[in-house]
Amino acid sequence: MLRYFLTRLAGAVPTVFVIVTITFFLIRAAPGGPFDQEQTLPPEIMANLQSAYGLDQPIWTQYGRYLGALARGDFGPSFKYKDFSVTELIGQGFPVTLELGTLAMALALILGVPIGTFAALRHNSAADYLTMSVAVVGIAIPSFVVLPFLGLLFGIYLHWLPVAGWEPASIKHLLLPVAALALPPLSVIARLVRGSMLEVLRSNYIRTAVAKGLPRRTLLLRHALRPALLPVASYLPPAVASIMTGSLVVESIAGLPGIGRYMVQGALNRDYTLVLGMVIIYSTLLILMGLIVDLLYAWLDPRVRLQ
Amino acid sequence: MISSLVDDVLRRLRSNPGAMCALAVTLGIVALTLFGPWFNPNGSQALDWSHVASQPGLQNAHWFGTDRLGRDLFARTLEGARVSLAVGLVASSVSLLVGIAYGAIAGYIGGNTDHVMMRIIEILSGLPLIFFVIFLTVIFGRSVYLLFLSIGAVGWLTMARIVRGQTLSVRQKEFIEAAVASGAGTVRIIVKHVIPNVMGPVIVYATLTVPQIIMFESFLSFLGLGIQEPHASLGTLIAAGAGEMEAAPWILLVPGGLLAVLLLALNVFGDGLRDALDVKER
Repeated sequence: MLRYFLTRLAGAVPTVFVIVTITFFLIRAAPGGPFDQEQTLPPEIMANLQSAYGLDQPIWTQYGRYLGALARGDFGPSFKYKDFSVTELIGQGFPVTLELGTLAMALALILGVPIGTFAALRHNSAADYLTMSVAVVGIAIPSFVVLPFLGLLFGIYLHWLPVAGWEPASIKHLLLPVAALALPPLSVIARLVRGSMLEVLRSNYIRTAVAKGLPRRTLLLRHALRPALLPVASYLPPAVASIMTGSLVVESIAGLPGIGRYMVQGALNRDYTLVLGMVIIYSTLLILMGLIVDLLYAWLDPRVRLQ
Repeated sequence: MISSLVDDVLRRLRSNPGAMCALAVTLGIVALTLFGPWFNPNGSQALDWSHVASQPGLQNAHWFGTDRLGRDLFARTLEGARVSLAVGLVASSVSLLVGIAYGAIAGYIGGNTDHVMMRIIEILSGLPLIFFVIFLTVIFGRSVYLLFLSIGAVGWLTMARIVRGQTLSVRQKEFIEAAVASGAGTVRIIVKHVIPNVMGPVIVYATLTVPQIIMFESFLSFLGLGIQEPHASLGTLIAAGAGEMEAAPWILLVPGGLLAVLLLALNVFGDGLRDALDVKER
């Protein structure tokens, strides 16, 4: 198990390396540079800035230097946020983004699995149709439409919750963003669980368990749930990706100080190191998620053997 | 034989009231975006300074009200919906063509070619693709045509996977063997025999790709990376509306509501088509 984990982790390193390389050269190919402003700087100052950040070196030297620093865990200085290193910027914003994403993911799982199971147990009833219709709405409507609508309803008309803003350790400010972020994955999970649960409930071993007279609760929790969760496990990486992209806009609408804003701003400002840092963080998270899914699979389905 | 299959699918689709409703709503929105401007005297970029951020009503035919600059929201929302629909169709077609070609080649040729091609897809889908669209728009400037291409360029990955999976099973069939035996070339076999036989799931997935791509375009425009002022897409209108939410909620509700209804209708229709064609969920 541990060996499998470590092998897979080592296998992820080349992938991240390829991603870093592509990003490095792609962002350099963009016209303009990090020190372009409305007013053109005097050439001497420009040259000084360029050499201070090592931008006057040939691109391969810069690439080598960047990789060298990266190997030591140094993401380099930010070009736009003076006096901040990329590590500091990401270190400040990441906890907020992580809290938002984790809460959304947890909400999607905690509500999605029971809702899907419930719909499957009441297959073809009014409750089934109702929940599945709501799920289609949840899948179809993006979070950047849902969040302003929620803000309008709960913030402006009902005055229950703040529309935007952030305070440390205040769940009230996170409630609407989390709900908006969680809705699409929640709906997908509910649909997936319903579908797989229906299939599982029709299988022979469940019929055997019913015939044996097992109580419903044991039947569901011990026998039906685990295999029914398999499709949810394989949906996790896309779910994480969708929450990551969703948090870009959700953070900006709700005014949360996460790292979402650095992605777009970094690319627009040609803040090379910040963009690379963000790409590394996000792709590492996605790769880790893939790894967790493999482990989950082995746990959910005993026929799967890790090698 | 083929026609009876199509008849079957159409019959099953017609007996699904939800899907038919969704189809009617989608066609209604398309017709509205095309013909709506004829019925309203306001242009999408005309400024009406006597009605700035005015409520929906009949004054000056501002049926859906006006925005902060006095532009008619009915006209702007229709223009935005037209742009969003166009992006959805063109970018879906791009991703459809690339995905089918890539998937069919990888699946039919197989072996190391397949291995390398699938490894590339695996790496690409491990990336936060939104970055690459952001880069593409940043590098090549903000042209609408490049927006089509860059969104289509990231949308083909799943399509390629589906087509490859289907191709793998088609490749085993006798008619392919017969084609090989009668001396047909690889390209001819792929184009004439493989692709027509994988179209069912492809059509279903393509229908579900259109709303995804419309959503993606709105997302980019919302971030300020897509369609630029004075032109509008539903995303830019929603972004503008979200800022005016407290004083003038209709600026958000009109485009937001239209996008929500459009995406919902497309998704419901896609689901209905999938049920009618009886395609298994992946």
